[in-house]
Amino acid sequence: MAVDSGAAGPQRLEGTGGELIQLLTPEGERVEHPDYPLDISTEEIKALFRDLVLVRRIDTEAIALQRQGELGIWASLLGQEAAQVGSGRALGPKDMAFPTYREHGVAWCRGLDPAKLLELFRGVSHGGWDPNEHNFHLYTIVIGSQTLHATGYAMGIQRDGAVGEDGEAVIVYFGDGATSQGDVNESFIWASVFNAPVVFFCQNNQWAISEPLERQSRIPLYQRARGFGFPGLRVDGNDVLACLAVTRKAMQAAREGQGPTLIEAFTYRMGAHTTTDDPTRYRLAAELESWKLKDPLERVRAYLVRTGAADADFFAAVDAEAGELGTRVRKSCLTMPDPQPLTIFENVYSEPNAQVAYERDRFAAYLDSFDSEEVGA
Amino acid sequence: MTTLTLSRAMNEGLRRALENDPKVLVMGEDVGKLGGVFRVTDGLQKDFGEGRVIDTPLAESGIVGTAIGLALRGYRPICEIQFDGFVFPAFNQIVCQLAKMRLRSLGHVSLPIVIRIPCGGGIGAVEHHSESPEALFAHIGGLRVVACSEPADAYSMIQQSVSCEDPVILFEPKRRYWDKGEVDTAADPQAWLSLNAARTVHQGSDVTLLAYGPMIRTCVEAAVAAAKDGRSIEVIDLRSLAPLDIETIRASVQRTGRCVVAHEAPVTGGLGAEIAARITEECFYHLEAPVLRVGGFSTPYPPSKLEDHYLPDLDRVLDAVDRTFAF
Ligand SMILES: Cc1ncc(C[n+]2csc(CCOP(=O)(O)OP(=O)(O)O)c2C)c(N)n1
Ligand SMILES: [Mg+2]
Repeated sequence: MAVDSGAAGPQRLEGTGGELIQLLTPEGERVEHPDYPLDISTEEIKALFRDLVLVRRIDTEAIALQRQGELGIWASLLGQEAAQVGSGRALGPKDMAFPTYREHGVAWCRGLDPAKLLELFRGVSHGGWDPNEHNFHLYTIVIGSQTLHATGYAMGIQRDGAVGEDGEAVIVYFGDGATSQGDVNESFIWASVFNAPVVFFCQNNQWAISEPLERQSRIPLYQRARGFGFPGLRVDGNDVLACLAVTRKAMQAAREGQGPTLIEAFTYRMGAHTTTDDPTRYRLAAELESWKLKDPLERVRAYLVRTGAADADFFAAVDAEAGELGTRVRKSCLTMPDPQPLTIFENVYSEPNAQVAYERDRFAAYLDSFDSEEVGA
Repeated sequence: MTTLTLSRAMNEGLRRALENDPKVLVMGEDVGKLGGVFRVTDGLQKDFGEGRVIDTPLAESGIVGTAIGLALRGYRPICEIQFDGFVFPAFNQIVCQLAKMRLRSLGHVSLPIVIRIPCGGGIGAVEHHSESPEALFAHIGGLRVVACSEPADAYSMIQQSVSCEDPVILFEPKRRYWDKGEVDTAADPQAWLSLNAARTVHQGSDVTLLAYGPMIRTCVEAAVAAAKDGRSIEVIDLRSLAPLDIETIRASVQRTGRCVVAHEAPVTGGLGAEIAARITEECFYHLEAPVLRVGGFSTPYPPSKLEDHYLPDLDRVLDAVDRTFAF
């Protein structure tokens, strides 16, 4: 199996390396994996399907909103729904997640209102949610920075004695491109040396904007873990069941004090890097076509149909719910108030700051001077 | 003369630099097939090959650090940092290594590296994509810091930067990439204005307005508007931020007696502070008013819905100009 035990790491997840961990084939056939027995009910699979459909709907709506000028930009998760929902649903309420800027599916699983995500892309705030409310940290745009934050957070869990039975762990998301950053490599070292309870979840979507994976690595990314001294594995990132199973296991190991794991979710960015990107400049349409056959939603649908677990009514109900969600997301975007100018000066420091107060007061007076001009005119 | 956008003029300048010297390299994230996110390197990899126009792994410290090594081996790398906010992973290499190598080697080693940084706001971007970190570099001895504001300068300044034996940080005004201007690609490089020199872009006699990069267009518009009200503003494009062309600045301020410095970067510890102090020393007895600054606030760059308030616009520039007449 596709596991690589680090020499210094705990001897778990051992395997022969190489292959993709898969529990549901692109055709929707359930397959077993000796290391990842997944005890999951039909109802749970249906719930995962619903998640996949709903997060794709959020994404579709956001792209449309951007096209209509309502969002400045949007980073689409199209194609990565299974990686995000599978891993997101493997988390317990006490676990902490550190996202990049593309983890809308994880945000959904953590219970964050999608409208919050739009704020950032609409330019209303820089995120603005309380990371502790849903144990979902702010989006991080500077590539790789959050991997160190996650590792430090995990070290805090250790110091709180919250590792062990009923323990807590951290998951951090990053892309294939991010693996080149110094910060990411340093986080691997820290996590390894301190045996921190953190799971590194790399969504290898094959591209870092226009650069293919070969520009970042000559070996499969999951094998990097070995050199740092902890296990790495590669999972079919378009298989929600496999993503759920491997993340559950890695998180449980971390919670119990067995240290970090690197999960490489092998997937594909089916859309543009962001709404301002033009992938036709650097990649072939045929590549996209071949990945469409591995669509993360369709294989679950196929499974549910084939096994008779879901009927037309179920799919219609999910579609209807997605439609309502899309409408709600759209409405929340269109009714979002613009921030007030003087909020620029808020939340810069914990207490009143002389410099900021000086500038705010002067700017307020400056703005007032227009009001009085208008009144006078 | 050809009419080019600033992005295209920069592209042409890079092309000339690559043609003129086989040791010149272009390296950065997405500079190859994509041609950079602002298309500044469009077509260069196709024409000069992957050996000279290099899509690098995604790591800014790596880009600058390896550029230093390449320069040690005789190459002249031009590094592209994708956005201003992403230069910081490379800050250590720039400040501790790039800036100091000549001195540390007692002049035996030159590092003719150019670091191109699209800078500034006004494009409705998410955080880290709108910053103006020039003062952080101008503060570092050993670095040259320059900023272009229009296509003709983009074309010549990139080539002059490449020719420079010292490291140059070149700031490119990203919200002006699509502004058009006349570029004389046939002109003799000897005739180009020196990389050290400021340029008067709008003549005036009442007050000197110093700016650079994206603020030049705003300041010229302000000067044109003020002229209608009978106020004569002289706008100087600083172009070189470190070192400053103090002769040009001094000559103008001694004539006008008033000076405003405008930049997008926060005024606190910004270039305006350095310039104001220098002018106070050089022109003390000519000044009718203190040098005033207009710029960004001492806050992180705001979400884009608020950036029009953060960025000094024509009104805020003119407000500062008015205030210099209140003394
Ligand atoms: C430090 C830094 N450098 C450059 C960028 C610009 N940038 C944004 S996304 C991106 C590619 C990221 O690729 P990857 O890590 O694979 O994540 P993906 O976008 O594919 O999910 C780049 C270069 C950035 N955000 N931060
Ligand atoms: Mg990627």
